[in-house]
Amino acid sequence: MSYQPPEKLQQEAERLLKEVNPRASELKPKERMAIPPQTIPEQDPAVRRHNMNEVALGYTEEQARLEAMRCLKCKNAPCIEGCPVRIDIPGFVSAIAEGDDDRAAQILKRNSLLPAVCGRVCPQETQCQEHCTVGKALKDRDQAVAIGKLERFAADREREHNGGAIPGIQPDTGKKVAIIGTGPASITVAADVRREGHAVTMLEAFHKPGGVMIYGIPEFRLPNDIVEAEIEGLRRMGVEIKTNFVVGRTRKLKDLIEKDGYDAVFVGTGAGLPRFMNIEGENLVGVYSANEYLTRSNLMRAYERDRADTPILESKQVAVLGGGNVAMDAARSAFRLGAEEVHLIYRRTEKEMPARVEEVAHAKEEGVEFHVLQNAKRILGDEHGRVKAIECLRYELGEPDDSGRRRPVAIEGSEFTIDVDTVVVAIGNSSNPLISQTTPELKVNRWGNIEVDEDNRSSMDRVYAGGDIVLGAATVILAMGEGRRAAEAINAQLRDEG
Amino acid sequence: MNKVIAKEQLAEEVYRMRVHAPLIAEERRPGQFVIVQQDTDYGERIPLTIADADTDEGSITLIFQSVGKSTHKLAELEPGDAINNVVGPLGKPTHIENFGTAVCVGGGIGAAPLYPIAQALKEAGNHLTVIIGARNAELMILEDEMRAIADELIVCTDDGSHGRKALVTEPLKEVCERDPRPDLAVAIGPPVMMKFCAGTTRPYEVPTVVSLNTIMIDGTGMCGGCRVTVGGETRFVCVDGPEFDGHQVDFDNMIQRLGTYKPLEDDEHEQCHLEMAARDKEQSRNESS
Repeated sequence: MSYQPPEKLQQEAERLLKEVNPRASELKPKERMAIPPQTIPEQDPAVRRHNMNEVALGYTEEQARLEAMRCLKCKNAPCIEGCPVRIDIPGFVSAIAEGDDDRAAQILKRNSLLPAVCGRVCPQETQCQEHCTVGKALKDRDQAVAIGKLERFAADREREHNGGAIPGIQPDTGKKVAIIGTGPASITVAADVRREGHAVTMLEAFHKPGGVMIYGIPEFRLPNDIVEAEIEGLRRMGVEIKTNFVVGRTRKLKDLIEKDGYDAVFVGTGAGLPRFMNIEGENLVGVYSANEYLTRSNLMRAYERDRADTPILESKQVAVLGGGNVAMDAARSAFRLGAEEVHLIYRRTEKEMPARVEEVAHAKEEGVEFHVLQNAKRILGDEHGRVKAIECLRYELGEPDDSGRRRPVAIEGSEFTIDVDTVVVAIGNSSNPLISQTTPELKVNRWGNIEVDEDNRSSMDRVYAGGDIVLGAATVILAMGEGRRAAEAINAQLRDEG
Repeated sequence: MNKVIAKEQLAEEVYRMRVHAPLIAEERRPGQFVIVQQDTDYGERIPLTIADADTDEGSITLIFQSVGKSTHKLAELEPGDAINNVVGPLGKPTHIENFGTAVCVGGGIGAAPLYPIAQALKEAGNHLTVIIGARNAELMILEDEMRAIADELIVCTDDGSHGRKALVTEPLKEVCERDPRPDLAVAIGPPVMMKFCAGTTRPYEVPTVVSLNTIMIDGTGMCGGCRVTVGGETRFVCVDGPEFDGHQVDFDNMIQRLGTYKPLEDDEHEQCHLEMAARDKEQSRNESS
């Protein structure tokens, strides 16, 4: 679909709403189906590729009402089945349709601690929206009710109006829990455990809390203010946050229990060890891991070149290797950092790309050049060891592999080069070994992920784990689901111990 | 927030700072480092060696050279001020045991990370030779401290203004030629110095440990910016190091990577001077009017 300016979308919504509004609560399914899907207003691609501001501007009130009216309120609610934390989706959507945004936010908060975040970064098209009856009836997944965008609308409304009310907290129990990491899994555990009246201390290795939501996901997709508001909410609940604290180094995990007297520890350290291709030239000047590139740009604010002390190369031609959300984030960041050309190189086809459809579309709109069925063979440098080009090979799809995707096979002799001055490797992360190396008692699998039971208990007494350190690189919502389970088990343990 | 307890200038642009950091003081071992950052929003994260620690006082000692914007800001702090962010101890501790005889070589500011390692080697029972070198007498640091722990101390300067007029590799070669040969060499200093120290000990097959100080951000293995090539393999200085087998390190690649932002820094430096010149001009105009 071609770009439509926000004003036009709003005018259209106002017009439509006048037509349907008088009968909003008694709309017949057929009438609901007849309401066109509302396109979320966005910054113009030509403008936004030069700024860090959020790309999607969020529904207006009129748009949100209309979109919510499209929901058929199915009795069996297949959408809930698709949600890892089982949000009452028809419930919150109909609250929006009726104009009761507060109630919508309350329903969301029952199951999800971070609706403003999840509404922005969750892969709804493969979760709740994939099961939506409307989308199925229209035979187009893209025409399902925009549950994620409505989630964002309700959460943003609540934050703007109430400043985020904090939940009730039980009287102090005298028990204390340490949470390692401050990403989505950890935030969920912190809130759920603190509510029961236990003292909670979160330990963050960086100088700012928020984990991947702060250092990784760029401002234009998830503004830092939103994450900071969530963290502030935890602080107001009485959660203590210690930054600059590296468990495994500043303190061993075991010592948190044995010396510092924590009754339980949750490990939510994420998947923080960048994978490289292991090809020639990968240590040349100008080759970044996506983690480094995004951390420099986001956490260290290198995109504000005049103010930030942390530098980032002034790249003109950038190659990004990979096809996931992180690759899209890196490619789109490159433009915002001043690149003139951005090449995204992926060895399978667009169909196999793990990135969200929306991210791929945004990247294309902004001018990222997609090279599919191609892969880097080696990176070439100049006499100063700086990147000057990347040599690629063309691929074709062969038989399906273990992941069920057709295996890409290199076409012999198909080498060609692209002139670039920077390469960003975004082919995934392994689990960070810092805690497992310094905690031999903790059982990990062969990929270094912490092994847990169905309650997210690890092999070590009083130690729980969840999120990417257990799952491998996954999503915010799955990390939250894990956190929820771990928190339940921690609360049960502390209750049993009296 | 970590309070600065004491500060002194050791040499031109070289400062020693005692900083309140009780947990780090308790956990740190020789060879480890911290990352400090002053401005939480816009500041750079800079890795600095832990030169010493005092668990009673709950302090660590940092020795650093004010070479760029961030270290310059750090040098401006006075006792009573605080460093906003100090994280560590990072990196793997030095492997210490009684090897027999050990020779420790420190170049310039490299004497700072070397000191706790030399101290630990001595305490483990090694016969300890220390070689420290600097460009000139003014830049020599920790000479008295090293003399107090070493069985033998060799001091040299590039210009001969203090001690022997020699590069550190010269006495290192002589020590390697002794019978018996040293069982271990530790060389810490500028990358070029470490490269040539490793080159010096190689023919004598003296195991040589070097400590690398590369560009890094998080210091926990997350960004990979600190990666170096060691024995043909990529390793991360922050979690696999900072110490590596000097005979295996690809120093040329490391030196190139250290220069990643040099063109940008040079521009910034030039911009600084232009602004300073403009300010001076403005000032002289104001004064004359």
